[in-house]
Amino acid sequence: MNLAANLRVIGALGARAVKQTFRRPQLMAPIIVFPSLLLAIQTGGAGRGVDLPGFPHVNAFLDFVLAGAMIQSTLLAGNSGGIALAVDIEMGFTDRLLAAPISRYAIVLGRLAGTAALGAFSAIWFIAVGLIFGVQIDEGIPGVLVMILFVTLSAIAFGGLGAAVALRTGSASVVQGLFPLVFVILFLSSAFFPANLMLEPAATVANYNPLSFIVDGIRDPVISSLSFEAFAKAIGSIALIAGISVGLSAIALRRRLRLGG
Amino acid sequence: MPAIQARGLERTFSGDVRAVAGVDLDVAEGEIYAFLGPNGAGKTTTVRILTTLLRPTGGSARVAGFDVVAEAGEVRRAIGVALQEAALDPLMTGRELIRLQATLHGLPREEGRRKAESLLQRVDLVDAADRQVGTYSGGMRRRLDLASALVHEPRVLFLDEPTTGLDPVSRKTIWAEVEQLNDEGTTVFLTTQYLEEADQLADRVGIIDSGKLVAEDTPGRLKAQIGHPHLEIKLLDDAVEERAEEVVARFGKPLPRKDGAVLVELERGAGAVAPVVRALDEAGLTVEALDLVEPTLDDVFLAKTGYHLEPEETTPPDEPE
Repeated sequence: MNLAANLRVIGALGARAVKQTFRRPQLMAPIIVFPSLLLAIQTGGAGRGVDLPGFPHVNAFLDFVLAGAMIQSTLLAGNSGGIALAVDIEMGFTDRLLAAPISRYAIVLGRLAGTAALGAFSAIWFIAVGLIFGVQIDEGIPGVLVMILFVTLSAIAFGGLGAAVALRTGSASVVQGLFPLVFVILFLSSAFFPANLMLEPAATVANYNPLSFIVDGIRDPVISSLSFEAFAKAIGSIALIAGISVGLSAIALRRRLRLGG
Repeated sequence: MPAIQARGLERTFSGDVRAVAGVDLDVAEGEIYAFLGPNGAGKTTTVRILTTLLRPTGGSARVAGFDVVAEAGEVRRAIGVALQEAALDPLMTGRELIRLQATLHGLPREEGRRKAESLLQRVDLVDAADRQVGTYSGGMRRRLDLASALVHEPRVLFLDEPTTGLDPVSRKTIWAEVEQLNDEGTTVFLTTQYLEEADQLADRVGIIDSGKLVAEDTPGRLKAQIGHPHLEIKLLDDAVEERAEEVVARFGKPLPRKDGAVLVELERGAGAVAPVVRALDEAGLTVEALDLVEPTLDDVFLAKTGYHLEPEETTPPDEPE
């Protein structure tokens, strides 16, 4: 099968992944509902945080946490993608794909394409929510595009982690078990609170957490102008996570194919 | 060139479990070959090897002329696969699934659409085509699975327990479809734990037990191997059974009486029934009931493995999810 045909397969599997998510509420809820609820609760309950000395200059707390909600959504989209892939393995749908004359990697790339599309959807959703509730994006349209780009690419990177665990274990419940870990990683970053205001050792962890660089890259166009340094750190962090996660997925896929399962 | 050929096929899993232990197969083009055996006999593992889903740990196999390991891509292009417990996404619609299958096999978009419509019509699922598969009955799911396996017109079709868990009507619908496909020239390799299915559909049957092929032939020859048909004769007067046995012994080997009936094995088969009845009549013995009992595949299975084949229902009942 040639490259064009494999790209069509990836597109078809990506479209299936998106439809699957919209048709299964338990996959959709973590991507949109949970982050939206957390965003509402945090904005309502911790809005006075902006008055803390050292808090970045923002118009409102929502300006700050919007990027956190987006990254939470992409982390959970990656996890949900992993769960969906594991369900495919459990119910034998992956066998249907493996029995077809397609590249083995198209199966994973198709899933990641779907997760990327959900990432883009999530970015647009949260930007719309933000704009409705008064967020001003300082960088304007280019800033919006950068935010969508970062969120979409992050979805691929985190989707790779979900896919790797799904392919390695073949168990939806194991992938689902990563949910708490997602929140640990999330709260040990600058997603919802500035790293400079955290206590030790959380502050140090957040300073080195690649998630913080990605969140800062998504947040910068909202609260200030996007600097080259923030852009490079965000892209570099996404590339690092994507490299590791997609690499781990490839290893897990090869192992699964070798063992026949 | 055989459609399927295997030599010394083996698959060992961790823990030294030999699921397939040296299977030889030769399935001719245009044949329906049934792999008969209980759960855990090695049927599904063999199918998974032949469909390139699992690598053998020993021996070799060729499907449609291609090696299942070295030329796996070519094998996948030539085969259609409908797996056990119909691996269908319950959230997709029937039409979406067949179109996806067309894309997986590289069919252009328009051709895939046309093919999907004609296959949905063929398996009588047009009205349900836009419903999610989760709402389908077991029979509808199997028909959809079969249709999706045909989207690229495969030379060899693998059906892994295509009717397990289905009601008799749905089972017969699948059988009719398989027979029609075979009439159109498709080689069919099916696994089953139903004796009737193997007997009804297959040109040849392979009996697998503990990973080994223990018998293989046409259903008729397999049955003939284990004995001739026997006649069960119920006489009007029970007191004359001994005299009746003397008469029927001229036509074949007498067997032990069963429930008051005199039994005789007929070497000439059904052709000897009329002479037996005439001889009894000439001897003044009146026959009340007569039954010609042919050996069944279950008798063959018992003779070859030492136990009866008792199918297990491994899929949910024939109802939508």
